[in-house]
Amino acid sequence: MNAATETTDVVVIGSGFGGAIPAYRLAAGGAKVVVLERGPWLRTEDFTHDLRLGTYTRIVDLIQGDGITVVAGNCVGGSSVVYFAASLRAPGFVFDRRGSLGHRLWPASLRRATLDPWYERVEQTLPVAQQSWHDVPYPGGLFAAACRNAGRTCNPVPVAVDLRRCTNCNWMLSGCRFDAKRSMLLNYLPAALAHGAEIRPLHEVQLIGPAVTPGYRYRVTYTTVDGDDYRVPTGGGAIEAKIVVLAAGAMATPVLLQRSAAALGGVPAAVGRYFSSNGDRVSVAAMNEDRIRDVLGLEREPGVPYEALHIGKPIGSMSYDRLDPHAAEFTRFSLQQIYFPTITNLLTRSGDAGSSWFGVEKKELSARWRSWLTVLAMTEDDNEGTFGVPPPTGAFTRLASSIGLSPLRYAPTANTLRGWAAADTEARAVLERDGLSRVRPWSDVGGALCAHPLSSCRMGDDPATSALDDSNELRGHPGLFVTDGSAVPTSLCVNPSLTIAALAERAGPAIVRRAAEFGVPVRYSDAW
Amino acid sequence: MTGALSRRALSRRALSRRALSRRALLRGLAAAVGALYAVAPAGRASASPALSAGPALPVDPVTVATLEAFADTIVPGVKRYPGDHALAGAAPGPGAVQAGAITLLRAPELGLTPLLPGLAGLLDVEATGYATTHGRPPLSLQPPLSLQPPLSLQPPFVGLRYADRAALAADLLRPGTPDQKLWLLLALVSALAFDTAAHLHTPDAVRHGHPGLAHLRFPQPDADGLWRYPRFSYQRTLADPHPSTTPSGSPA
Repeated sequence: MNAATETTDVVVIGSGFGGAIPAYRLAAGGAKVVVLERGPWLRTEDFTHDLRLGTYTRIVDLIQGDGITVVAGNCVGGSSVVYFAASLRAPGFVFDRRGSLGHRLWPASLRRATLDPWYERVEQTLPVAQQSWHDVPYPGGLFAAACRNAGRTCNPVPVAVDLRRCTNCNWMLSGCRFDAKRSMLLNYLPAALAHGAEIRPLHEVQLIGPAVTPGYRYRVTYTTVDGDDYRVPTGGGAIEAKIVVLAAGAMATPVLLQRSAAALGGVPAAVGRYFSSNGDRVSVAAMNEDRIRDVLGLEREPGVPYEALHIGKPIGSMSYDRLDPHAAEFTRFSLQQIYFPTITNLLTRSGDAGSSWFGVEKKELSARWRSWLTVLAMTEDDNEGTFGVPPPTGAFTRLASSIGLSPLRYAPTANTLRGWAAADTEARAVLERDGLSRVRPWSDVGGALCAHPLSSCRMGDDPATSALDDSNELRGHPGLFVTDGSAVPTSLCVNPSLTIAALAERAGPAIVRRAAEFGVPVRYSDAW
Repeated sequence: MTGALSRRALSRRALSRRALSRRALLRGLAAAVGALYAVAPAGRASASPALSAGPALPVDPVTVATLEAFADTIVPGVKRYPGDHALAGAAPGPGAVQAGAITLLRAPELGLTPLLPGLAGLLDVEATGYATTHGRPPLSLQPPLSLQPPLSLQPPFVGLRYADRAALAADLLRPGTPDQKLWLLLALVSALAFDTAAHLHTPDAVRHGHPGLAHLRFPQPDADGLWRYPRFSYQRTLADPHPSTTPSGSPA
């Protein structure tokens, strides 16, 4: 035994939904848990209302692949710190999806009904609030009114937000300054800490291999990185564990496993394949204020029908009308009102030409920014993303502050394009009716835009097309579990956070059982 | 330096840039940025009030003019002074350059400064190619513009009219084209200067009338630099929920 080697019962890699939840369950059950997190640990007072480089860019990464750009969190709490808190259960048909492979993609043991108890547990723990129409901000109200005008239904979106604390500031991407957004920083992580778990920020895991210490199974090698510049290593080390829970996020987990393949004696072929963008498709409607008043009868203050893009929780309302379980696969989607900070304004188009995202007309459109309404369609994509050769370190090559290049390639198939076209048609049908607006999808100049990376190390029953079994364990590697968005088999047609969290909760008992089998003194506790 | 000498120098520079492998430049981007940060890690951003306060490396006037013209293509603005050639004056009001695009491009946090001459050179090569294939005389072949040094520094991209700059930019930025990610990075930074004042703290930028944020009518913060909206909702039932909505508010 190497006396210098640090050991622990469980190493959790990543501290977002997928890492924080197992960290808590294992620590609460009595295991010694160390959480390694690539990003910094920010406190509430560190979250600023600021778009200056070096502020939000400390905790948000914009990762460019080939044909896709992905937004992901990079801090203690992971994407839960920067997400928009929409907390929805995936519709039942999602679990029966077959994709273009022609067989059921989710494990047979996983259906909406079997996940419902775990959804409920997360909803109670975060907790999730049901917005009334009085809680829905102006943009969500406008979208709802447009839906009704077009003969559609529309729902207020359940959100993991303390509605009494929320100031509707619309700065959720920067973390919540008011402790209103219920990120992992406010629930599972403090609970894990209270049970003795240790969280180490600025620890970027590079490799997972076999342990050298008798009785331990995995050796996790990491570098520590500079808090001011994550490209600069400041040291490194290794820690050995009996159980590893990998939850580095769908953009990092497969890359880490690919790099570790030789050390681990191989990894399943599905690692780094079948990536899903959740079928994200964003459009911007340039609303006509007069028509909002005349057609919808809305006025937020005298003489001002709307002009309120900037106000609110970013997600207010959404339509479930196109989540028809009987409709053909690749034609179903939800349509959700959403706000994006002005860092994405570049992508809004003023016309149909490919270059209409810049220039004179675009600038004219920007002058009406307050009258924009942004909608996100979450469609059924084809799991067509594939990760290429991993970079020497990290999950991607960090070019500049929060900008990285990933080996991910995403070329949307005809199935995915069919879903996007259907979503575009529906957005126009709702928002262009009666001259309310002109709607255009975001420019594809950066490829597909994805805020919900999924499926790059997915669960399933078929070993050829899934990397994990139905208990989230990596095939052929007992004690190595993956519990982040990469484990989700397909796009979800809703925002994925609640499903990722429910699956991580569901994985808890199996991880604890395996830990106990490997000699960790731990019992599953469902207490909160 | 005379105008003629300057133009010959530009022409030689353009020719030498042709020989530069674009692939090599792209590959070198990551390495150069990484190397820069390895030897000169940036200070904590919040320590300085504006990125311009950082130790920006010197950039030659040709590079600056070329990059200004590119930023002005993405978000066009009025000319800053009579005889401003870098800005085409294609749109009323300030554009990306007035909003701070060059300051942002040179920000130590981005680490792009050492690459800017190469990017500008590559853009000028593209502009020369565009001019010759679209019947626009490249700058070096134009009749003498002036012997005055400021005009002698006009690089080929600056020599194009706005419509041609925009057409060339559209070509360079089309997905799937060889160096698209490079130009997208330049476009992104230009737009971020205008749409987010990314070199300034947002509360300060809004209060001091940053031209891009003012153009958007970005709202003013509260006195403590935070935004709050006590009135945020129409407070009316504006649609019927889907009939299959479950008790948790989710779809069935």
